[in-house]
Amino acid sequence: MLLLSKQQDWLGNIRGDVLAGTVVALALIPEAIAFSIIAGVDPKVGLYASFCIAFITAIIGGRPGMISAATGAMALLMVTLVKDHGLQYLLAATLLTGLIQIISGYLKLGSLMSFVSRSVVTGFVNALAILIFMAQLPELTNVTWEVYAMTAAGLGFIYLFPYVPVIGKVLPSPLVCIVVLTAVAMYLNLDIRTVGDMGELPDTLPIFLWPEVPLTWETLQIILPYSIPLAVVGLLESLMTATIVDDLTDTGSDKNRECKAQGIANIGAGLMGGMAGCAMIGQSIINIKSGGRGRLSTMVAGVFLLIMVVFLDEWIKKIPMAALVAVMIMVSIGTFSWESIIHLKQHPLSANIIMLSTVTTVVWTHNLALGVFVGVLLAALFFANKISHFMYVGSVMDEVTGTRIYHVHGQVFFNSADRFVSNFDFKEAVDKVTIDLTHAHFWDISAVSALDKVVIKFRREGAEVELIGHNEASSTIIDRFGVHDNPEEIEKVMGGH
Amino acid sequence: MTKQQAQVLACIDGAALTEAVCDYASWISQKTEAPLKLLHTINHHPETSIKSDLSGNIGLGAQEHLLEEITNLEQQQSKLKLQQGKQLLQAATEHIEKKGIIPTHSQRHGDLIEAVIDLEDSVRVLVLGLRGQVHENQDNKIGAKLEAVIRSIHRPILIVNASFKTPERIMLAYDGSEAADKAVDMVASSPLYQGLICHLVCVNNNQETASKLLEQATIRLKSAKNIEVISVKLKGKADLELCAYQQQHNIDLTVMGAFSHTRIHDMLLGSFTHKMLVNIKKPLLLLR
Repeated sequence: MLLLSKQQDWLGNIRGDVLAGTVVALALIPEAIAFSIIAGVDPKVGLYASFCIAFITAIIGGRPGMISAATGAMALLMVTLVKDHGLQYLLAATLLTGLIQIISGYLKLGSLMSFVSRSVVTGFVNALAILIFMAQLPELTNVTWEVYAMTAAGLGFIYLFPYVPVIGKVLPSPLVCIVVLTAVAMYLNLDIRTVGDMGELPDTLPIFLWPEVPLTWETLQIILPYSIPLAVVGLLESLMTATIVDDLTDTGSDKNRECKAQGIANIGAGLMGGMAGCAMIGQSIINIKSGGRGRLSTMVAGVFLLIMVVFLDEWIKKIPMAALVAVMIMVSIGTFSWESIIHLKQHPLSANIIMLSTVTTVVWTHNLALGVFVGVLLAALFFANKISHFMYVGSVMDEVTGTRIYHVHGQVFFNSADRFVSNFDFKEAVDKVTIDLTHAHFWDISAVSALDKVVIKFRREGAEVELIGHNEASSTIIDRFGVHDNPEEIEKVMGGH
Repeated sequence: MTKQQAQVLACIDGAALTEAVCDYASWISQKTEAPLKLLHTINHHPETSIKSDLSGNIGLGAQEHLLEEITNLEQQQSKLKLQQGKQLLQAATEHIEKKGIIPTHSQRHGDLIEAVIDLEDSVRVLVLGLRGQVHENQDNKIGAKLEAVIRSIHRPILIVNASFKTPERIMLAYDGSEAADKAVDMVASSPLYQGLICHLVCVNNNQETASKLLEQATIRLKSAKNIEVISVKLKGKADLELCAYQQQHNIDLTVMGAFSHTRIHDMLLGSFTHKMLVNIKKPLLLLR
């Protein structure tokens, strides 16, 4: 099924896709180089990865028009692996990452994304933007004033060039930035760092190579702790990006297919000497903005990137790092969700805490997976807390029979169980207690044991206890009750609310 | 949906055949006393981009701005298409009302195939033009979605390829297949064919088989009181013979079963239905 795609996904938008793919390729080159440097490997590792991943996801991906390549989020997770064990172990970890992603695709783990709330997504995106920006700082510290001037000029070109009449809208401004800065640096013979100083560039087309690591238990122990977070972060960013592209283009995508495709793409990259990657938010937005919609755009981006780096490597070596930094700062600014800052005041405090905790955790640990974990956990806790307020116990005294009648309304579960118990007056001396649970919902075992506790306490005080509507109330305990699509069932279970 | 009377569904898109589609749909609606519904679908092309900005940079709030921009553009486009569709439906309604039928109409977003499948339960007969706007004036082409629609819908489909003429003589193509048998039963039982002359045509190189087949089918057709049956045996290639017979005898409407084979079979050998659709000069009613 992975190879099935509609003809219109490939050929529905040829002109737009080719142009957009070209624009994307031009921005992918600096990114791939920059992320290789973050990971501590030669630029060619990132460039080969970007080609392989873009090429493979173009064919089998679940979201046409999305751009996948070597990414910063992934690069940050590899730093210590490369430093301690070297490139070959990175390639092995990349293969394992791919394998994990394929398995999660078949297990349909993509649907777990529904647990990732809007605030966590925003936090993820903002954290990513901050990480990309922070990764540029080493290029901007302890350098001469020329580097600052060049970077500032580069940003100027990127944001102001599109206002130039006619050519401004036709030439991608990041390309203009790179070309002009390279020309200036060569003309003035500036002594600043260039891409050539950062390591090897590709000189051939990628070739198949099996990572030179021993196939032992020790190897697995080294790479698995890296592969799991790589797989998780890769899928998270890919699925979030897919959702963003879905929204922008008003079309749907197959998330589980995308998981499998990311896995296969990473295996492909690992076997061609590339590092692990995933979908890129910034590049995908650039692609859509440039008019890219179909699979062809991603394919063109990958192929054009490879052609350029293989045949223009002498020129690419001369690009000053300042130009790349300018492009990366642009990507960082474009990825950041500024709306989230504007909306801080309007959003509820809990949403802001979730978002900011996600950002803080990521910036602290450089691990987006941890940030998302913290965010999801907080979101779940806040939700449980909110729902626990929807519980109320009222009571009336039936003077005739001397019975105290309690009416329980709402949601009883682990978080509201204690409050549930505290609502009963055990000190009151009565002969008979009736607890009406018709309008209550018992969601878990904590709720049931809280009820048991109440009944036992009353009995110890010498009262007879009668429960009404016990069965209806506890029908919600079962883990799977298939009421989602049956309004009558929902009415039966949730009735009275 | 359950108790609703099955409708004649006429699919219109503003192509040259739209008027004929309306006329034939009215004819069926009058004869069968089924209500008539006009359907117009608004096609969107999410696979193509409306605008492309090659400046290649992203700035503050890039995603939000882009979404806003694309939404505005698409809103304008869709409003225009919606308006055009409404005018089309209005014109068609007025045209049909002259014949004393009051049609209902429906406008849906998305693909024609999706829309028709959604409505299938309430459809008695589907009427659509052989060619849509895309293939207008290309005589050897059939509409891009026609085959997919025919294959996915299990209702009779009238393919209109010429301007309206009240059918008097119809031709029923019969080859003894299951689909053809079903077609014979449907013709015999439907009020649509009452009072018409029906040429029952069997193309088979074996004369004996042909006679036997025709005999059986004739008996079944005769069970309907008001149909005059003329049975004919022909030799040769079915599609060519049928098309020739249609022209010689001035047949107004051809009735047959459709796409009885699998897609693979048709891909290798070419589909009979497809050949008929391309070659025949008068409307074709496919019974499914």
